[in-house]
Amino acid sequence: MFRLEVRTSTPTWFNLALPLVAIAATLVLCSGLIALAGAGVLESYGVMFTASLGDSYAITETLVRAAPMIFTGLAVAVAFRAKFWNIGAEGQLLAGAVASCFVGAIPMPGALAMLLMALAGAAAGAAVALVPATLRVKFKVDDVVSSLLLNSVIYYALMALIEGPWKDSFSGYPISPPIEDSANFPVLIEGTRLHLGVIVALIAAPLIWFLIARTTLGFRIRVTGENPEAARYGGIHVERVLLSTALLSGALAGLAGVGEVGGVHFQVMSDISPGYGYSGIVVAMLARLNPLGVVPAAIFLAAVMTGAEAMSRATGVPAFLSDVIQGTALLAMLVALLFTAYRVRRVGAAT
Amino acid sequence: MSVVLEQIFQVGFLAAIIRIATPLAFATLGEMFSERAGVLNLGIEGIMLLCAMTGFTATSLSGSLWFGVLVAVLTGMLMGALHALFTVALGLSQHVCGIGVTLFSSGLAYFLYRLIFGQQSVPPAIKGFQTLPIPVLSDIPVLGPAVFNQFALVYMAIIAIPLAAFVLYRTPWGLSVRMVGENPRAADSAGVSVIATRFQAVILGGALMGLAGAFLSMAQFNAFTFGVVSGRGWVAIALVVFGRWDPWRSAGAALLFAFVDALQLRMQASGLGHIPYEAFLMLPFIFTIVAMAVMSRNAVAPSALLKPFRREER
Repeated sequence: MFRLEVRTSTPTWFNLALPLVAIAATLVLCSGLIALAGAGVLESYGVMFTASLGDSYAITETLVRAAPMIFTGLAVAVAFRAKFWNIGAEGQLLAGAVASCFVGAIPMPGALAMLLMALAGAAAGAAVALVPATLRVKFKVDDVVSSLLLNSVIYYALMALIEGPWKDSFSGYPISPPIEDSANFPVLIEGTRLHLGVIVALIAAPLIWFLIARTTLGFRIRVTGENPEAARYGGIHVERVLLSTALLSGALAGLAGVGEVGGVHFQVMSDISPGYGYSGIVVAMLARLNPLGVVPAAIFLAAVMTGAEAMSRATGVPAFLSDVIQGTALLAMLVALLFTAYRVRRVGAAT
Repeated sequence: MSVVLEQIFQVGFLAAIIRIATPLAFATLGEMFSERAGVLNLGIEGIMLLCAMTGFTATSLSGSLWFGVLVAVLTGMLMGALHALFTVALGLSQHVCGIGVTLFSSGLAYFLYRLIFGQQSVPPAIKGFQTLPIPVLSDIPVLGPAVFNQFALVYMAIIAIPLAAFVLYRTPWGLSVRMVGENPRAADSAGVSVIATRFQAVILGGALMGLAGAFLSMAQFNAFTFGVVSGRGWVAIALVVFGRWDPWRSAGAALLFAFVDALQLRMQASGLGHIPYEAFLMLPFIFTIVAMAVMSRNAVAPSALLKPFRREER
């Protein structure tokens, strides 16, 4: 007989091993689908790898796709650390995209425009995230459902904009007018799409790590998440910490939208985010809510996404495999996390 | 103005409300059973999509509509069992698992659909359910053609509402569901298996989500598209809260939402579109969020919602 037993401590190598085990399990499970599609498993994964990380251009494409997920991953990681269950990164991203598109369309010097776009996007994301946090603090409303439902509200608001006042009167397409050329984020390597926002995302991760691990606010966020009663007893204003966490989390998710507008699409359309907000949850869980882990986790998901398209062209396996991998990775990681809280132990001789 | 109003409120309008409400009623009842047992199922959006796909595919390959419905229901039960495995048996966090189930199921739906049907310029269609007028009742003026000249699945939804209320409030199993959702510790002491009851409720919920998905791809659109569900699962999450976890109120909420949705469709069609239609689509979400704030004092949500149950942890 086997039994789950509560662990008192977890070895540190677990932090690295668990996501790797989860990813390995995911790839093994999903190989069944590749076989079902009649393609070679190793060949398909091989194409996926070379097309996403095999050469320097592929790596820049993967990084461009990883950037929004680094931001949403950080947003979710910060929120979940405080046990503020922000499922609304998707809506906060869209709000950030809309706000930065508004600002980017105003003629002004490029550097100023980019700065104001980032500020406006972060503020819009923060404002959206403040709603579920305030409802929880003031009215004890469950933040899971309220933050999730806000995604739909923001999505329809975006649709109303691009099908209404923003609609392209010339072509009739539901897309916003483009931002000013001067507001387009500079491309860092000629001939690629690697834009300034990607570097900002890569820098944001260690900054957020520092904030969580080494500052007073970070300490308060962690204690509030781990033991709110103790936090309150220790003189921490838990409600205020939750609101600050929401502002920070929403701002990060908003920046994901800013990067997509300023660095990739230069305008807003209905499918500006293929679910980057939800992917942020996958990223944060794979990273075990560690901001430094968010970067490799986001790069992994981005590599799967860019690689899947090439794999589809080469082997005929539908590119939607990347969506299945994403979902499976999240579930596998959750199961793997059980081993941090419990250990499997053999008890007695089963008779 | 009155001409426009007359145009809007006709038999066709009432029939449209009923049709829009049907998948929402199934989905809302399914989510309600799951949540009454203490399990939030955010997998609903993906489960509905996967069921719409499997039902459509089964019908397309076999030619039998009811076989497709059966496959959709079984798919829903399977995905319900998967969600229960993670959240009930393993006690993992319900909201994150739910998002995982939604990502996984929708990914699987897209993948399998593309694998089976390939990339076609015109999506394959099936001959979906036809309206089935009920003799005598369909002759009642106004109400008859609107309510009693519908798809068979619509009648099933109409029957499902009182049936769900009966099961939840009048049967021993329904009592167990409510107990494990309110106070699992007490239910356990009373000899009710918390794990088994929650599993059953989430699986039943999955079956109802399967019917919702089947209706979309086999009666409403007669095809599977990637946007066939487009947020209806999230609407159901809102309607359960808005309907205070009660079958009657939840179904009423579905009907109210369907009314608003049908109204915005008519207003768009009649060129009365001064108000963007998205404003109407936003309403149920905004209303629900406001309602949650107002209701929070009465604590109507199942007390054990989102809380895993482990017997040994006291």
